[in-house]
Amino acid sequence: MENYIVEMLNITKEFPGIIANDNITLNLKKGEVHALLGENGAGKSTLMSVLFGLYQAEKGEIRKNGQVVKINNPNDANALGIGMVHQHFKLVEIFTVLENIILGVEPNKLGFLQKSEAKEKVMALSEKYGLSINPDALIEDISVGMQQRVEILKMLYRDNEILIFDEPTAVLTPQEIKELLKIMRGFAEEGKSILFITHKLNEIMEVADRCTVLRKGKYIGTVNVKESNKEELSKMMVGRDVNFNVDKKPAEIKDVVLSVKGVTVPSKHHKNNAVKDVSFEVRAGEIVCLAGIEGNGQTEFVAALTGLDKMSAGTITLSGKDITKSSIRERSVSGMSHIPEDRHKHGLVLEYSLEQNMVLQRYWQPEFQKNGFIKFDAVRKYAEGLIERFDVRSGQGPISVVRSMSGGNQQKAIIAREIDKKHDLLVAVQPTRGLDVGAIEYIHKQLVERRDAGKGVLLVSLELDEVMNVSDRILVMYEGEIVGELDPKNTTVQELGLYMSGAKRNTAKEINHAG
Amino acid sequence: MDTIYYLIQNMLPVAIPLLLVALGGMFSERSGVINIGLEGIMLFGAFFGALFVFTIQGAGINAQLVLLMGMVVAALAGFVYSLLLSFAAVTMKADQTITGTSLNMLIPAAVLLFSKMFFNSDGITTNMGFFIRKMPVLGDIPVLGPMFFQKTYLTVIIGFVILIISVIIFYKTKFGLRLRACGEHPQAADSVGINVYFMRYAGVSLSGILGGIGGFFYSVGILDGNINGHSGVAGFGFLALAVMIFGQWKPIRIMFAALFFAFLRTLAYSIALIPFLNDLGINQTYYKMLPYVATMVVLAFTSKKSRAPKAEGIPYDKAKR
Repeated sequence: MENYIVEMLNITKEFPGIIANDNITLNLKKGEVHALLGENGAGKSTLMSVLFGLYQAEKGEIRKNGQVVKINNPNDANALGIGMVHQHFKLVEIFTVLENIILGVEPNKLGFLQKSEAKEKVMALSEKYGLSINPDALIEDISVGMQQRVEILKMLYRDNEILIFDEPTAVLTPQEIKELLKIMRGFAEEGKSILFITHKLNEIMEVADRCTVLRKGKYIGTVNVKESNKEELSKMMVGRDVNFNVDKKPAEIKDVVLSVKGVTVPSKHHKNNAVKDVSFEVRAGEIVCLAGIEGNGQTEFVAALTGLDKMSAGTITLSGKDITKSSIRERSVSGMSHIPEDRHKHGLVLEYSLEQNMVLQRYWQPEFQKNGFIKFDAVRKYAEGLIERFDVRSGQGPISVVRSMSGGNQQKAIIAREIDKKHDLLVAVQPTRGLDVGAIEYIHKQLVERRDAGKGVLLVSLELDEVMNVSDRILVMYEGEIVGELDPKNTTVQELGLYMSGAKRNTAKEINHAG
Repeated sequence: MDTIYYLIQNMLPVAIPLLLVALGGMFSERSGVINIGLEGIMLFGAFFGALFVFTIQGAGINAQLVLLMGMVVAALAGFVYSLLLSFAAVTMKADQTITGTSLNMLIPAAVLLFSKMFFNSDGITTNMGFFIRKMPVLGDIPVLGPMFFQKTYLTVIIGFVILIISVIIFYKTKFGLRLRACGEHPQAADSVGINVYFMRYAGVSLSGILGGIGGFFYSVGILDGNINGHSGVAGFGFLALAVMIFGQWKPIRIMFAALFFAFLRTLAYSIALIPFLNDLGINQTYYKMLPYVATMVVLAFTSKKSRAPKAEGIPYDKAKR
């Protein structure tokens, strides 16, 4: 029998109405990197939260070094040497790096903090593992990459030997990801054991020793990564073969649909502009992708483009019409469709029914109202048509409350609404965020289909695979500026990463030339 | 010079209740619980403090000692009353604003009822002399003596001592660090094993203690030891909230904000002594509006920039994340 450092045996965890973990078993060897793979909602995070003591399982037991242990809260986990880097960092923004690291295990004399003592230990760890930080900086002032290093140092400071990483690479640039994977390997070689939650197969192939796959709360299997391949893993994850490549014909590029000139948007967080003098064009029949790491001005740019926010300079022309000062409705009527970044905030009214959401932009048109009264029959019929065409699944059809629907189907509802409406330009902002592989495939197909129908598509995305596979042209945004224009056929993910992290940029002349 | 001495001597006893109650609000809000009920807590503390003084005033105990004992009674009363808020807002996850409002509405009525029943009056009238004409030794210091240690109350010194202790607890201890974490990011605090519910109870309880003391000190320093169900604490609980926001939820800034508001109030009540303002011939009632008008103006201009504790007002629920 093998010696496992942690065994999670037959874990079952239920939430009202859903079994998040159904009889799952996971064994972790000492000194290995063990990947936990699954789609969104497969129960990965829940399982790890059980191990970390944030949730208590209804059934099953956890063993450490063969001994049954009870983990009722994060303190228990910490005492057992289990630490976790959460997907959404658990850092107090107005505290310093040092304060965040020691929070909960503060070195103290009679309750008085002994910060200098803590600082020495933190700096020693930082040096030993090459995790560079500034202990006195405030969390709100440092980069996401450094915030993650703080989270890792939190675990090291507590002398944890079992380290859980919950989707750690989602927020990093390709270079940072590489660095992180190297650090993870280093920990494993030192004898620490790593649990690595992800749905990115490349990273598993690169760093993991073994991989456990979950699907819809159930245990599917554990494989040795060396003896497996991406195709097998993805099949285990999704339950069917997945097509990683987006099928598309060469683009047939026509007239300019969207022209953006000198757009500048002030920032809400600091004194500088969030978007600086951005100019580009989108033509009918092409998918232009605005790529970049989160927080480089994409959100602000889209807000200005769609009319959600004001810009301080520049002009926007849609199909030859100046819409710089137009209201959101005027833009919508002029032919702009928008799949928003935050579908709960800007895409849907969650408490409304599906059919009401489907006519959100159009209830005032003669088709759906007369003398201020809504034609309910017409709305119902229209919604039923869309539901069928776009395969939007919900509990009660058109009268389902949108909040009760799954994320993928909520997104489908938005896409149905935005695509069916008359439009020349489709602005899709992170349309696949938080969705599983099946839904992603569907959405990519829809985007390409729009392009082939002769519409202009502006895709804003953080996912490198998406950027590379779907787009016809890539514009890279860094610190509010377009720093590069790339052709996905003639570039690599590494090069794209360099642009995204600001390490490389075209000169303005080159960009103009290329455009 | 005498006018300045007069203003400072009168300002400090007014500033202290504001300071203490605002510090209480700070502890509560930085732990994540909005405490709208400070007005009610103050009155509750003041009432029990005054009741205690009334009961003991015939026993011939030194007035300053009575004040200290009354302070403890008021602190206990405030603590107990604040438990209602903790229980509703932390344990039962009720809406904090509504709970706080109900705390405010309950007390004036209860004070009136109780006073009518037992004293056949609208409040409690005591006859202890807490006023200090001149403190021994300290009162003789030139300039500073007349400013801080003459014609004053013991409450002033106690108030500043509590301020210093609050600063130390807030910034220098494990407890303070954890408390502040709970008001900013309770999930983070929870994930490192801090008991968020306990810390929030602690924050609200501190606001109860300080609110109770502040209420009693209001009764001592402004109403000469009396308390009344009709006028209550004259909106000082709400003013303290304004002081706290103006002070950006930070103790030293809160002190300056409290002094600012107290100065305005003292000025308003001292118009007759300041020839320049007196000659303007404006009805004094308008001056008495000053602190309250200033509150509105200051809040209107500072609230845009103010950074409240991020998680305040949101009940912490372990299951949600």
